Amino acid sequence: MIPTSFDYKKANSVEEALSMLGDDTQILGGGHSLIPALKLRLNSPGTLVDISKISSIKEISDGGDSIAIGGGATHASIANDKSLDQYCPMMGQAAREIGDIQVRNVGTIGGSIAHADPAADWPAILLAADARIVVQNKNGSREIAADQFFKGFFETALEEGEIITAIHIPKSQKNSNSCYVKFKQPASRFAIVGVAAAVEMDGSVVKSARLGLTGVGEFAYRATAIENALTGKPLNETTINEVVQNATENTNVMSDHFASEKYRAHLANVYLKRALRKLG
Amino acid sequence: MTKYIGKSVKRLEDKRFLTGQGKYTDDIKLVNMAYAYILRSPYANATINNIDISEAKAQPGVAAIYTGADIPESIAGVPCGWQVNFKNGDIMKEPPHPLLVRKKVRHVGDGVVMIVADSRAIAKDASELIDIDYDIHDAVTDPKKAAEPGAPLVHEELPSNVCFDWELGNPKDEVAAALASAAHVTELDFTNQRVVPNAMEPRSAIGHYDTAYDRYTLHTSTQNPHLTRLLMCAFVLGIPEHKVRVVGPDVGGGFGSKIFHYTEEALVTYFSKILGRPIKWTADRSEAFLTDAHGRDHVTNAKMGFDANGKIVALQAYTYANMGAYLSTFAPAVPTYLHGTLLQGLYTTPKINVDVTATFTHTNAVDAYRGAGRPEATYLLERLLDLAALEMKVDPAELRFKNFIPAFDGVTQPGYQTQVALQYDSGNYEPVLKRALEMVGYEAFRQEQANQTNGKLLGIGFSTYIEACGIAPSAVVGALGARAGLFESAQVTVQPTGKVSVYTGSHSHGQGHETTFAQVVADKLGIPIEDVEIIHGDSDRVAFGMGTYGSRSLAVGGSAIVKSLEKVLEKGAKIAAHLLEASADDLEYNDGKWTVKGTDKSVAFGDVSLTAYVPHNYPEGIEPGLDFSSFYDPTNFTYPFGAHIAIVEIDKETGAIKLKRFIAVDDVGNVINPMIVDGQIHGGLAQGIGQALHEGAMYDEDGQLINGSYMDYCMPRADDFPSFEIDRTVTPCPHNPLGVKGAGEAGTIGSTPAVVNAVIDALWKGGHEVKDIKMPMTPERVWNAMQD
Ligand SMILES: Cc1cc2nc3c(=O)[nH]c(=O)nc-3n(C[C@H](O)[C@H](O)[C@H](O)COP(=O)(O)OP(=O)(O)OC[C@H]3O[C@@H](n4cnc5c(N)ncnc54)[C@H](O)[C@@H]3O)c2cc1C
Repeated sequence: MIPTSFDYKKANSVEEALSMLGDDTQILGGGHSLIPALKLRLNSPGTLVDISKISSIKEISDGGDSIAIGGGATHASIANDKSLDQYCPMMGQAAREIGDIQVRNVGTIGGSIAHADPAADWPAILLAADARIVVQNKNGSREIAADQFFKGFFETALEEGEIITAIHIPKSQKNSNSCYVKFKQPASRFAIVGVAAAVEMDGSVVKSARLGLTGVGEFAYRATAIENALTGKPLNETTINEVVQNATENTNVMSDHFASEKYRAHLANVYLKRALRKLG
Repeated sequence: MTKYIGKSVKRLEDKRFLTGQGKYTDDIKLVNMAYAYILRSPYANATINNIDISEAKAQPGVAAIYTGADIPESIAGVPCGWQVNFKNGDIMKEPPHPLLVRKKVRHVGDGVVMIVADSRAIAKDASELIDIDYDIHDAVTDPKKAAEPGAPLVHEELPSNVCFDWELGNPKDEVAAALASAAHVTELDFTNQRVVPNAMEPRSAIGHYDTAYDRYTLHTSTQNPHLTRLLMCAFVLGIPEHKVRVVGPDVGGGFGSKIFHYTEEALVTYFSKILGRPIKWTADRSEAFLTDAHGRDHVTNAKMGFDANGKIVALQAYTYANMGAYLSTFAPAVPTYLHGTLLQGLYTTPKINVDVTATFTHTNAVDAYRGAGRPEATYLLERLLDLAALEMKVDPAELRFKNFIPAFDGVTQPGYQTQVALQYDSGNYEPVLKRALEMVGYEAFRQEQANQTNGKLLGIGFSTYIEACGIAPSAVVGALGARAGLFESAQVTVQPTGKVSVYTGSHSHGQGHETTFAQVVADKLGIPIEDVEIIHGDSDRVAFGMGTYGSRSLAVGGSAIVKSLEKVLEKGAKIAAHLLEASADDLEYNDGKWTVKGTDKSVAFGDVSLTAYVPHNYPEGIEPGLDFSSFYDPTNFTYPFGAHIAIVEIDKETGAIKLKRFIAVDDVGNVINPMIVDGQIHGGLAQGIGQALHEGAMYDEDGQLINGSYMDYCMPRADDFPSFEIDRTVTPCPHNPLGVKGAGEAGTIGSTPAVVNAVIDALWKGGHEVKDIKMPMTPERVWNAMQD
């Protein structure tokens, strides 16, 4: 479990980090995905640029119509944030279920979504929350909608030399009525199926919904057909059973020794129903 | 008299462990030490055409690179310590297990090249520059398939992959006749899956040759330093034993896997002389998964017959046991003498036959793992009993009460002679199950189960087990094929000041011997526990030892200490008598002093010990000093037993299992330190339940271990468990001086089938009458069982 040798550079600001990035470099966040990969020699960058000490991207702050979470905010700081519990409860629910205390204290949301593990929790939530991801590069910054961010198996819209500096979670009606439920892979405790649901109600009727699923396919996705079918219907057992028939439509369902394709697809439906029941 | 025995004295060793000051092999750094990395086979079955080390050897910081060609032919490899013969009397097949493979690799992880460098990182980097040309062949990993004609051969010089076949008990035709006339026969095919031991401390070894004294030192993370020395010196390297010191310092868990003598120990020892530098090797976690001897891996078919009253009339068991590619130190004993001999269980079954075929496969070696054979035997019996109860629609607890061997104390009543060679020492089985039922609230539970309406399925599972511990009488194990004795030694050195150093051949790697043993010594001598130090794990300090496994340390090692303490007190009395000018017969020993009976004339232990070393005023004909060694060889195994009950709830939609309650009532004989025994039981339960619900090594068809990391191999964690509900009964062992039976393995042995039985019970209650769910019982496996 020894990585190949590498140089280490510690950045004190985003600008400094950007100036350090170049050929054969890699950003080091909390290191909870990257370091294991280095130790197994699955990855061997020449230089690590450590951004975990940059205080400006670690904060969680009120951005008016959204909550701004720094790209370097740890899972633990999200788990402990009171405003998120109010404006977007699924965030804290997910954060508290990631790994163990050690992982949560060091691992970051920016690192998690940059890594884009198909079983990671955050992608489902950012999709359901309609989050905007702010990234900075040498030429300035740009914003990417969560819907455009997750592209494939460990693949995102992030480009070489870009740092995720913030994630904006809208203070929407939907997000204030949201939840996250997860069927854990027993060994790693990543998601075999994770469902993030955000539902805006108009009285007893669904006005609109966003449903993010992770762990199921090669990357996180939204169950848009079900979102649409829910709209205008009362959120009750009858609706839920009628609408949630195939949560994996258009998705290439994964299979491994913890869950076959068939079982995973079944769990996606079960957990989507459970999420909706919590909100109904 | 008993100031300490029976009390939950806090563990004396915990201060150093909890403050990070434990000293493990990898913590040791010797001057000029070099570091080894072992390049291992990525294939399960392949022929090596060529090994090119030239580029690696040229790297700065690389001290040496060794292959099989650098090891003389006279060093054939590490030996097996237990011999089992074929049914026809032929000796088991025992192909060599080379230190480094020359020609043919036989499992993923087989050692091929040892790179030695100034740091582990340099060694590892250099290993990537080594080019090995392999021809890859088909592999076989399943123990039953390995026995089929045409299976790829693990050792091409052998006629087949069968290591031995073996049987025990009553003749097969008698068993068959009894089964044929039975009112009901329950038959079950099952796998007791392979598990990885996962000690927290990975294995580590440092070899060091001292030219000045012509002497080797091996530091190694072992449960068994003296046996390692014996095996390595006499059977591997051919170096004189008195020229080798083996030290097993603090060891972070073993669960059996550190009993055995491993190739790496011999490699670092041998090459440290050739290189002229100490060499350290430490496994990383991936290597630990691939090379620490695994446990279990039995494929079994068993039939149990009952008469119309529910009395067991016969048991027939056929088991294929996976040995892996090479025979590890105790491997052949596990499926035979530690498994077949336990199939009487707690029951009066009159006819029993067990038939075992052990096979080689292209997998890592399988050997003793916490419980070793006895969990497999218990699993076999207890699964059959609960299944039979479901099939016959009788209560599983009642079925057991009907079949229990009646109580016997082993003193006024004789031990119980089983159909499978052993004679149980003492037993009283009804009370453990009665107590467990009481704790569960059995009737109320059955009510709750019958009335359940919440979309879940409740189930209850039983396991009433017996084990053979305190391994064991040398003559008996010798007759059973052990190539070593299994006594234990202890030396008690009373220092002049009355402080006591105790040298034990047992080895603590988590069990708390430094506390438990000190409690015994302090009480027997009537001195404060602070005045006692327990020393173990160093062949230069402890004259001899057989190590720790099979729950033997207190029963055998503790008894050896008691023998030495008795000698100390006997000699001490003579010195005291001299000082008191009385006859030794008139003295009594209490609270650390000898008193002339009926007077207030006394002399303290410390005065006697000082006199023994400053013998100015001294009895005639008695040697100075107060120091005694003893070897204790018991007359029998010890037989702890108990009753375990699991209650589970299954989520019908997902198959997820929640372990709601776990009740364990164990009888481990007398208890010296209840807290430590509880800790052993808790840890054992977690391990046994872990096998039922979470753990399992998976080799694919090519012989790749596909879950060789904690991302994929599921270890049980604290939040997987309810708070365990445990209690005890006490049936003292009649044949050792402390009356103790052993507690290290009980939790693991009893718990696994209780959990599986509970899941099966829940499924039957839900209308799914399945016989088996494969372990580990993943949610998907349970869900599949409900999709009928
Ligand atoms: C034992 C364990 C259990 C875990 N359990 C879970 C779980 O249950 N659920 C779950 O979702 N995850 C889990 N994880 C993963 C964990 O959440 C990681 O922390 C996370 O995936 C990576 O974040 P990090 O800050 O540690 O990133 P790093 O490991 O440092 O980096 C990961 C990748 O992201 C890049 N990167 C890092 N930060 C940035 C940034 N700000 N901008 C651009 N690129 C960046 C790095 O270059 C690298 O490619 C677990 C991890 C472990 C070790």
